[in-house]
Amino acid sequence: MNKPTAAEIFAAFFRIGVTSFGGGLVAYLRDALVAEKNWMTEDEFLAALEIGQTLPGLNSVNVAIIAGRKLAGPAGAVAAASGLVIPGAVILVILGLLYVRFRNNPDVAAALAGIAAAAVGLLFQVTLKIGAKQFLNLLDLAFVLLTFVLVGLCHVSLPVALFLIAPFAIILHRPRKGASK
Amino acid sequence: MREIVSLLNVFCLLSLLAVGGGSAVLPEMEHEAVTVHQWVSADDFATIYSLGQMAPGPNMSMVGLIGFKAANHAGMSTGWALAAMVIVLLAFYLPSSFLTYAASHVWDAFRDNPWRDAVQKGMAPVTIGLMLAGVHAVGKTASYNPGHSLHFNMITCGIGLLVTAILFARHINPALLILAGGAAGWFFLRMN
Repeated sequence: MNKPTAAEIFAAFFRIGVTSFGGGLVAYLRDALVAEKNWMTEDEFLAALEIGQTLPGLNSVNVAIIAGRKLAGPAGAVAAASGLVIPGAVILVILGLLYVRFRNNPDVAAALAGIAAAAVGLLFQVTLKIGAKQFLNLLDLAFVLLTFVLVGLCHVSLPVALFLIAPFAIILHRPRKGASK
Repeated sequence: MREIVSLLNVFCLLSLLAVGGGSAVLPEMEHEAVTVHQWVSADDFATIYSLGQMAPGPNMSMVGLIGFKAANHAGMSTGWALAAMVIVLLAFYLPSSFLTYAASHVWDAFRDNPWRDAVQKGMAPVTIGLMLAGVHAVGKTASYNPGHSLHFNMITCGIGLLVTAILFARHINPALLILAGGAAGWFFLRMN
């Protein structure tokens, strides 16, 4: 496997950052890093994703940091993450300026209301899809609802809520002796 | 200047609290940005969130627009507002990235630790609960808003549920569905 330079890494992630409309970034990353560029094996990618999902932060940005570091050290990590984030951020500046300029136009306001309504539907679907297992398990469902009520309805601050819930959630899944891996 | 410091504090903390992805901090972000600091209105927050769904790259880059609007709201110039946007993006992405960078060094020793599995399995329902709270945080403005007419709410809920159903039935790029939602919103909400 050939080691790419930071500039090559930036270019590869920039391309994903420009083309990845509609989310699902992890799939884009896998296609580019494993299939197209051959910079990582499937196993290395899955290991990076495991870390990215366990640690706080966006999964896609975390995977970019890990992959970039593996390929070219600190410069590679910076190149990967900035390449992924910068194009969308620039486009958002433009969308944001247009929004401020045209928000009072009734046609624009109606379209934006529809867009926001659709975005809620999208987040709802993603939540149901990745939470399918948790919704069907009574103990997990209790944690889902407890978290929802504390943070979503009672506005308990997130650090406090995590401090209260996380120890129990983790202890209940603690490693058990003799359990099959 | 005080606004910039508050933005830094809030978004650095959110960065480190984003367990299982960015959507998990959406309810807390909405609460801080709309209710506590009043950087943006509830409508602005819902719109900014949905703009994030339309741009390529990580959807949560929309946090930058909250910084932009906060600076704007505090009477800063456009140049300063753009600086606030960059600061918020860095605040939101750098802390978790540093942590990931550091952790990936020691990960191989840590990867087979049985507690990693416990953390991932145990936190999964917490993340889902937070995402559900995120649906509510945006939905209470964008979908079922007591300040809107019943007719309006039926249309916005209808658009949302239709998007949910379509995504379960078909593999369609969500960005296209969001745009279609915009067209539907214009058509149905403008016609009366």
